[in-house]
Amino acid sequence: MAHGAGGRLSQELTARVFMPHLGNPVLDQLDDQARFEAEPGRIAFTTDTYVVSPIFFPGGNIGDLAVNGTVNDLAVGGAVPRYLSAGFVLEEGLPLSELERIVKSMADAARKAGVVIACGDTKVVQKGQCDRIFINTSGVGFIPPGRDVSCRNLRPGDAVLLSGTIGDHGMAILTTREGLSFQSRIQSDSAALNGMIADLLAAAPNLHAMRDPTRGGVAATLNELALSSSVGIELDEATIPVREEVRGAAELLGIDPLAVANEGKMLVVVPAAEADAALAAMRLHEHGREAAVIGKVTEEHPGMVVMRTPFGSRRIVEMPLGEQLPRIC
Amino acid sequence: MAENEARGALSGLSQRERRRIEVRGIVQGVGFRPFVWRLAHQLDLAGFVRNASSGVVIEVEGKPDALDRFETALRSEAPPLARIDSIDRHSIPPSVCGEPGFIIPESSGGEAMQTLISPDIATCPACLADIADPAGRRYRYAFTNCTDCGPRYTIVERIPYDRPFTTMKRFELCPDCQREYNDPGDRRFHAQPNACPACGPKLELCDAVGVRLAVGDEITAAGELLAGGKILAIKGIGGFHLAVDASNEAAVRRLRSRKGREEKPFAVMVRDLAAARALCDISPEEKAALASPQAPIVLLRARQGLSLAPSIAPGNDRLGVMLPYSPLHWLLLREGPKVLVMTSANFSEEPLVADNAEALERLAGIADAFLMHDRPIARRCDDSVVMSMAGAVRLIRRSRGYAPAPVRLAESGPPVLGTGGELKSALCLVKGGEAFMSQHIGDMKNYEAYRHFDDVAAHLQRIFQTEAELLVHDQHPAYMTTRWALEQGKPTLGVQHHHAHLASCLAEHQHSGPAIGLTLDGAGYGTDGTVWGGEVLIGDAARAMRFASLEPMPLPGGDVAVRQVWRTALGWLHRSGVSPEGLECFRQPQSAQVLELLRKEVGTSESSSCGRLFDAVASICGLRHEARYEGQAAIELMQAAGGRIAEAGYRFGFERKPNRWLMLISPMLRDIAAAVRAGASSTEISRHFHRTLVGIFSEITRMAYLETGLKTVVLSGGVFQNQLLTETLARELESNGYQVLMHAQVPTSDGGISLGQAVIGREFLRGSYRGVDN
Ligand SMILES: [Fe+3]
Ligand SMILES: [Mg+2]
Ligand SMILES: [Zn+2]
Ligand SMILES: [Zn+2]
Repeated sequence: MAHGAGGRLSQELTARVFMPHLGNPVLDQLDDQARFEAEPGRIAFTTDTYVVSPIFFPGGNIGDLAVNGTVNDLAVGGAVPRYLSAGFVLEEGLPLSELERIVKSMADAARKAGVVIACGDTKVVQKGQCDRIFINTSGVGFIPPGRDVSCRNLRPGDAVLLSGTIGDHGMAILTTREGLSFQSRIQSDSAALNGMIADLLAAAPNLHAMRDPTRGGVAATLNELALSSSVGIELDEATIPVREEVRGAAELLGIDPLAVANEGKMLVVVPAAEADAALAAMRLHEHGREAAVIGKVTEEHPGMVVMRTPFGSRRIVEMPLGEQLPRIC
Repeated sequence: MAENEARGALSGLSQRERRRIEVRGIVQGVGFRPFVWRLAHQLDLAGFVRNASSGVVIEVEGKPDALDRFETALRSEAPPLARIDSIDRHSIPPSVCGEPGFIIPESSGGEAMQTLISPDIATCPACLADIADPAGRRYRYAFTNCTDCGPRYTIVERIPYDRPFTTMKRFELCPDCQREYNDPGDRRFHAQPNACPACGPKLELCDAVGVRLAVGDEITAAGELLAGGKILAIKGIGGFHLAVDASNEAAVRRLRSRKGREEKPFAVMVRDLAAARALCDISPEEKAALASPQAPIVLLRARQGLSLAPSIAPGNDRLGVMLPYSPLHWLLLREGPKVLVMTSANFSEEPLVADNAEALERLAGIADAFLMHDRPIARRCDDSVVMSMAGAVRLIRRSRGYAPAPVRLAESGPPVLGTGGELKSALCLVKGGEAFMSQHIGDMKNYEAYRHFDDVAAHLQRIFQTEAELLVHDQHPAYMTTRWALEQGKPTLGVQHHHAHLASCLAEHQHSGPAIGLTLDGAGYGTDGTVWGGEVLIGDAARAMRFASLEPMPLPGGDVAVRQVWRTALGWLHRSGVSPEGLECFRQPQSAQVLELLRKEVGTSESSSCGRLFDAVASICGLRHEARYEGQAAIELMQAAGGRIAEAGYRFGFERKPNRWLMLISPMLRDIAAAVRAGASSTEISRHFHRTLVGIFSEITRMAYLETGLKTVVLSGGVFQNQLLTETLARELESNGYQVLMHAQVPTSDGGISLGQAVIGREFLRGSYRGVDN
C-alpha cells in the first residue's frame, strides 16, 4: 500500500476493501453523514481508538477488537448498541491482504453483535507515522426509558459478579508480542457482550452497574467503581476465575492477573436479591459460562477494594500503575 | 516576748530559699511526683510538685543546703522509668509566712499537658515479689503493676494520661487500691493501671470455640494445657501470642502448620536469665537487654544440642529469647513449661490480634484454648527485637517497650510525619527536638495493617498534641504509605528511599552530615524510575548525590524473585555472561522460561539491589533456591560462613558512568560460578563473598573520600542486619580512620526510614531541601 495523494487511494480502498465487506443500507449511501431513526429513551454515545501490537493475535485482531470494545462500552451503560463509525489510519506498506482480513473480521464482529457500521473514514500516512494500523470506532446506542445503570449506583450489600476468566486478552497480547514460546495456548477473549447483557437485564432488572474491565483489568475497574460510588468492595480471591495458563504466565512474569486487560468480560453489580438470577442468566450465555459471584459491596473502606485471600487475610487491591515495580526491600 | 518570737521566726524565714524547678522529659506516669514528694519530705522541704505543660513543675522552699541536695537527688535518684531531658531552675521569693509542708495538688486537667506517654514496661522486681508472696493481697495476681512498671502506651486511649482515659476506666478501684493510689508515700501512688484481685482485670480460660472452661485456677490449667502439647492463644500486653511448649516438637510443628508459617524462626520466652543461659551464649550487653524494662526479644547465639524442638528455628544459629514481661507470663512460666514458644498471634504480616472477640474469630482453627482477660488493648504492639552487633545492642524491630519513647534530635523544628516504608512500616512524628517512632506496623498491603497504620497516625498526633504540617512519604508510587499520605489532604513530600535511610542514621546520631552513606538494601524506588538497592549516597538530610551504585541487574518477575531466589541468580548470572554448566540454579522447574524472559527482557526490572545479590549468591552456591520467609537465603548464606571471613575476595571493579560510579559485581559472579564448578563449599564461597563486599565498599568509600574529603560513613539499610558484613566493614573503615555511624535506636531496615523522612521534611519546610541528584 502506498501513500495516496488527494485521497484517491482512500477512495480505491473504500471501493475495493471496505464496501464489499462492511457494506449495508446505511453505509451504502456514502453521504457525508449517516442518518437513522432515533429510538425512545436516552442516547448513549462513545468513542475509542484501538492501537494494539501485534495487530493479529490468538483469538482475534485489531478489527474485531475495535468493534467489540465499542459495542461493550455502549452495552455496559445499559444501552442497546446500534450504529458504529470506523476511522482508519493506515501506515503505508501495510499489506492489503492484512487490511482485508481486519476489515472482514470487523464485519463479522458487527454482524454477530447486531450493530451497523454506519459511516467511516480512511487516511493513509507515511511509514513511521503510525504503527501499521490504528482504528477509531465511535458508537451510538439507545437506553430504554426507565433504565439506570451507572457506576455511581453501587450500594452496600450488592453482589459483584464477573462474567468469566480474567487476564486472557492482556496475556495473549503480551505473550504474542514478545514471542514467548511457553504460552501459545492463551487466547484473547475479545467478544461482544451486548447479547448477554440483554438477557442479564431481563433477569436482573434492578441491576446497578456494569463495566468491562479492559485496560488495568479487574483491579482498575473495581477501584473506579468503588471511588465513583464511595463504597468499599470486598473480593473473595478463591472465587475469581483465572485460566491455569494465564495464572502460570502471570506468575512467571511477576504480573497480577487482576491488573491484566480483558476484552470480552464484564463486571456486574446487582442487589444481592438478584445475584442468583443474574448469575444464571450469564451462565446460559456462551460468554458467561464461567461467570461467578466474586465479592460484595461494603460500607467499610469506601473507595477501596480489598480481597480476602485463601488464608483469610485481607489484601488491598490497588489501582494498577502500569509497570509493576518491586516493593520488597 | 511576742516580738522576739516574731523576730526569731523572721530570721528563720530569712535563711529559707525558694526555687522553682521545671523538669522536662518522661516524668509523668512514671512515679515522678511521689518520688519528688518523698524526697521533699526526707529533706524537710515545703512546696509542691505538679504536672505542667511540658513535664513537671516543682517549687521547693527550705534551707539552701537541703535545696542543693534535693536538686542533686532529683537527677541521681529519679525513678527507673523517668527520663529527664532538662532541668531549669531559678530562685523565686520565699513565701511570706512559710508553707506548712509539701503537697501534690490535684491535676486540674485543664493544663495543656505535653506529657510523654511512657512505653509499656516489664514487671518490676517489687511487683514480682508481691505476686510471689502468699500472704499478700496480690498473690498470683496476673495484672499487678505499679508506677515503675506495667502497661502504658497500649492502654492509653487519649491524653492526659489518667485512668479515665485508659482502658482501665471500666475497673473501679477498690478501697485498698484507692488508698495506694492516693498515698504519695506508696509505690502505686497515681499508678493508673493499679489493680488487685478484688477490683482489677480477671483472667478467663476458654476452649477452642470460646466457651469458658470451669477451672479452679486459670494459670494452673493453662500450664497443664501447654504441658499437654496444646496451642494456647494468650492475651498479653500489646496483643495475643500463640504459645506452645518449646520442648514439644509435635506441638511446634502443629503450630507451624496451623499458622501457615513454614520455616520462619519462632521466638521463645524463658523463665529467667538462668534458663536463657542454658539455651544460649549471652554477652553482658545481651544480658542487660534481656533483663531491661523493655524486655525485648534478643537474638542470641543458640547453643548446640539444645533440648528444644528442632523446628523452632530450623537452620538458624540464632534464637530469639525474651523474659516474661507481664505477671501473667511470669506466673505461667513458673508453673507451666520452662520454655514457651511465643509467637505473635497473626497470619504472616497481618497486625497481631488484640481483641478477645477478634481472637476467637481469627485464631479459630489455630488455638486449642484461649487465655484471655478483660483489660482491653487500646493500641496493638508487637514484641520488639534487638540484637547485639558491632559493639552495641541494636533494634531490629522497634515496638513494645520502646514505642513511643522519643529519639532525641540535634535540632528543634516544626511537626512533620514520616510515613515509612511498605513491608515493615512504622511512622515517625518529629515534634520539637524529639522524634516519636510508632510501633512496628507491618505489611501495608494488608488491609488490617493499613487500618492499624491509619489509627496509629491519628493516635500519635493526638497523644503528642500536634498536627503534622507535612506528610513525608517514599517516592515509590505503589507503596500504600504513599497512597495514605496523598489521601490525607495535607501538604506532602515524596523522598527517595535511600536518602531517607541516610538521613535516618544521621538523625539518630544527631549528626548534621554530610556523610558518605552506604545504603544497602533490597529495593527502593530510585529517582530514575528504576529500583535501587546498593547505593552510595553522599549528603545530608537536605540533599544527596548518588555517588555510586551496584551494577544494575535484571530481576525476573520482580517481587516473585524474593521468594524464588533462583530467579535472581539467573538474572544476575545472565547479565554477567555466565553459562549454566554445573550450576543447580539453572536446573529449577522453570529455568528455561525465566532465561527466555531474560533474553527477551520481558517481565524484568533493572535493579542495583544489594539484598538480592545475597539471594543470588545463596542460590548460585546451591545453598537455597526458594526462600520460605523474607531474608532466609541471605541469612543462611551469612551463617554458612560460620562467623569467619576470607583473607582475599573475588574480583570486582569500578566503571565510571557520566553521573556515577558503578561497582561491578559481574567479575565476582563469574568467579563464584567458577568456584562452584570447581567444587568449592558454600562456607568457602560465603567467606570469600563477604570479603569481596567489604573490599568493594571500603574501596568506594575511599574513592568518595578522595572526592569529598568526608571521613564520616553512614551504614544504613536492611543489609546491615548481616553481622558478618557489618562488623567486618565497620572495623575496616574505622581502622582506616573513618567515623562509622550505624543504627542502634531505630532499625537499619525500612522500619527506620520514617525518621529520615521526617527530618528531610523539615529541610523542605525550611526551604533547603534539594533531593537526590541522580
Ligand atoms: Fe530500604
Ligand atoms: Mg473503551
Ligand atoms: Zn511494679
Ligand atoms: Zn483493688
